[in-house]
Amino acid sequence: MATAVTHEAHEAHDTHEHVHYTSTGLDNRKVAIWAFIGSECMLFASLISTYLIYKGRSRVGPLPHEIWTSPSGQIFQPILNIPVTSASTFVLLMSSLVMVLALAAVENRGKPGYVGTLLGNSKFWLAATALMGATFLGFQAYEFTSFVHEGLTIKTNLFGSSFFTLTGFHGAHVTAGVLWLLTLLAIDIKRGLTPKDAILVDICALYWHFVDVVWIAIFTLVYLIK
Amino acid sequence: MSDHHAPGAAAAQEEHEEHEHPSWKQYKWVALILLVITVVEVWVYYTPFAKSPYFNPFLITMSAVKFGIVVQMYMHLKYDHKLFRALFFGPLLIAMFTVTALLFLFHQLPPLF
Repeated sequence: MATAVTHEAHEAHDTHEHVHYTSTGLDNRKVAIWAFIGSECMLFASLISTYLIYKGRSRVGPLPHEIWTSPSGQIFQPILNIPVTSASTFVLLMSSLVMVLALAAVENRGKPGYVGTLLGNSKFWLAATALMGATFLGFQAYEFTSFVHEGLTIKTNLFGSSFFTLTGFHGAHVTAGVLWLLTLLAIDIKRGLTPKDAILVDICALYWHFVDVVWIAIFTLVYLIK
Repeated sequence: MSDHHAPGAAAAQEEHEEHEHPSWKQYKWVALILLVITVVEVWVYYTPFAKSPYFNPFLITMSAVKFGIVVQMYMHLKYDHKLFRALFFGPLLIAMFTVTALLFLFHQLPPLF
């Protein structure tokens, strides 16, 4: 009896390992990541709403787009640094291109045009995506540090509270994405990712692109709209 | 168990084969379009147009175009199963409705009536 149960469990485990289809005929991991991304839309919508509701309601500076003079006569320049943020936006947008190349390299491993070429080097593209994500985080760390030096912290005013919460949450998501990419890179180095593993890269890519589209919204709503 | 899922798996395979992902050339063009839109957005920020009442709608439109391009092409939702589209656009629509409602509620948008 115990042997039969063990055998059944083993069979179920094997099936689970090789067949990941739901009753819809779709891979359960892909359904899960889309459902997760859908829930993340709600999370970021709440954070963006909070930022927009508090926009223009800070009683004290520094302010995002306006000069502010304190009661003691100290003048605070608009705090947002558009050129620096534009550069970090460029890096994140390009990281999405590099991410699709990583996925294509894994999906087409062994096919003509990919063997022995840079296009087929998934390790390079995964490492490049992680590096670009880390560069974006470096820009964010620089921005946060300079804001604190200029007198804006999460406790200073409504702008500071909502800005650091929104962009901090986004930064945490980018950090998780970088760690995920580095994990895939480690797997690729250790045993090599094959076309059968493309789903692992695909769900990571979906998450990464989602982080990118959230930044597209944040860049416009927080940085460019006055 | 395996038999139970086999038709579904076959359907998914057919679905996958029916919808090819974009090619490298398409990805390259997508990246270029995204880059150009971002450059235009930042350039406009420094022009007198930034004081125009059309500035904010212009930026939101550009942002929506970029959002749509990334979702459709890079996240290949254009080529994927309709269930994935429902899982993404359903919550997105609710989220957008909630943002708009909250902005009206807190007087951050002009009143409708």
